[in-house]
Amino acid sequence: MRRAFDIVIIGAGPAGMAAAQAAAASGAAIAVVDDNVKSGGQIWRGGPDESKDGRAIALWSALREARNVEFFSRTRICAPLDGKELLAETPDGALILQYGTLILATGARERLLPFPGWTLPGVTGAGGLQALSKGGYPVAGKRVVVAGSGPLLLAVAATLKIKGAEVVAIFEQAPWHRVARFGLSLALTPGKLKQAMQLRATLSGVPYRAGSHVVAAKGKDVLEKISVMQGGRRREIDCDYLACGYGLIPNVELASALGCATIDGAVRVDGLQRTSVPDVFCAGEGTGVGGVDLSLVEGKIAGLAAAQRSQDAEPHFAERERWRAFARRLERAFALRPDLRSLCEPDTIVCRCEDVAHRSLASHPNWRSAKLHTRCGMGPCQGRICGGATGFLYGWTQDSIRMPLSPTRIGSLLAGGEAAGTELNAAAAGPDTPSA
Amino acid sequence: MYTPTAIKPPMPERIELFIDGRPATVDAGVSVAAAIALAGAMVTRRSVGGAPRAPVCGMGICQECRVTIDGRAHRLACQTPCTPGMRIVTASVRGAA
Repeated sequence: MRRAFDIVIIGAGPAGMAAAQAAAASGAAIAVVDDNVKSGGQIWRGGPDESKDGRAIALWSALREARNVEFFSRTRICAPLDGKELLAETPDGALILQYGTLILATGARERLLPFPGWTLPGVTGAGGLQALSKGGYPVAGKRVVVAGSGPLLLAVAATLKIKGAEVVAIFEQAPWHRVARFGLSLALTPGKLKQAMQLRATLSGVPYRAGSHVVAAKGKDVLEKISVMQGGRRREIDCDYLACGYGLIPNVELASALGCATIDGAVRVDGLQRTSVPDVFCAGEGTGVGGVDLSLVEGKIAGLAAAQRSQDAEPHFAERERWRAFARRLERAFALRPDLRSLCEPDTIVCRCEDVAHRSLASHPNWRSAKLHTRCGMGPCQGRICGGATGFLYGWTQDSIRMPLSPTRIGSLLAGGEAAGTELNAAAAGPDTPSA
Repeated sequence: MYTPTAIKPPMPERIELFIDGRPATVDAGVSVAAAIALAGAMVTRRSVGGAPRAPVCGMGICQECRVTIDGRAHRLACQTPCTPGMRIVTASVRGAA
């Protein structure tokens, strides 16, 4: 199936929804595409209509009313085609989306760092377990340790506690003085301060330990306990789940595939959220991790600009700058401590898809060399997990993007190939075999 | 005033499906990843080296939650909602799936 829209927005989180709403007033035909079942992105996961955030509800009701906005859920972008087209895969098959203007609101993912035992069932990302629990994954009565870095840990712990988990402790790698300074700076952003205080109230009785990190997960077949380093001392804690994530990293794969320039792992944009590629905008975490408020204002600016209303976008620049300043404080406060680089044992798996251990990787000079010699980053996740880890551990940058962007059924690839007259490399066998 | 209590939704519809051949009943709306965990299992797939793996990222990125659903391999359990009669096959038993 082929569909054409004036504006195609990739990602139905806060940035994508804000962009859609801002652009919708122009009457343009708009498509909002997301690979999840429900809109709302990760922060409003479970559907914007069920969020406690009034902004989610307002956006959702406005967009549901808008006749010129169409949502494509469970739809994943596989590859850009020539001539302003994208090959997408829906549960029903391939979809080719043609756009006049494209807004990328692809969000961020968690940075997961390897440590001994992190591949054991029961070890998840921090936001990972939160997302799973919102999909009905059972956490009630389970002993959960939340660890890693960033304010997300508090939100995760609160969700899990509300869902009935016994949150044993929260371990934050950043040292106390940096966390405390960040806490004080929240006075600059009263909304965030209120949020933090609410989280604190929800988490009363849950120990929060700064300057501490998980050094190992242990268990026979599944997670049984973890070792934590705190104040130079190591101790063991029994738990059923370890939810461990070290902040967020922007999803830039689609932007890179389109040829958009990136800087420090984020998509480079100008004042109107335009990328280096004509008619391609980017808003939200893709331009650098900054949270929901920054995503909303960037989305709004991108939506207005995409709808040829740049002059209406300018009044929002000051608000964007305020949230960018918040993002910079966040980045400083929760910068990863260098000693987290030494968590891997020689046999610790770094690339989970291809089971490549630290010992096989450490000697390589760069990502490309590691890929060629070890298959690191060549599995189905396409380096999305190990890429963030190897960037931190070895200082590598991922230098190439392969199509399709995520595992895609052969039938969908053939549809894309026929549509564009391009030959996508679909060498794998069988109609249901994903090609990665 | 914010109160940290769970909001009780109305009693959800229950649906029946099969996990590794065994019948299971779950609330409508839950993910396949949740159904597997609710059935008391944790493992979704085996790694290249045969080690058991379970869902990690919860958002369709890590690919660790891959299972076979209705004969179709490599479906992401975390992003697939359960539907009635669905047949889910995990790699919880070594050598299976």
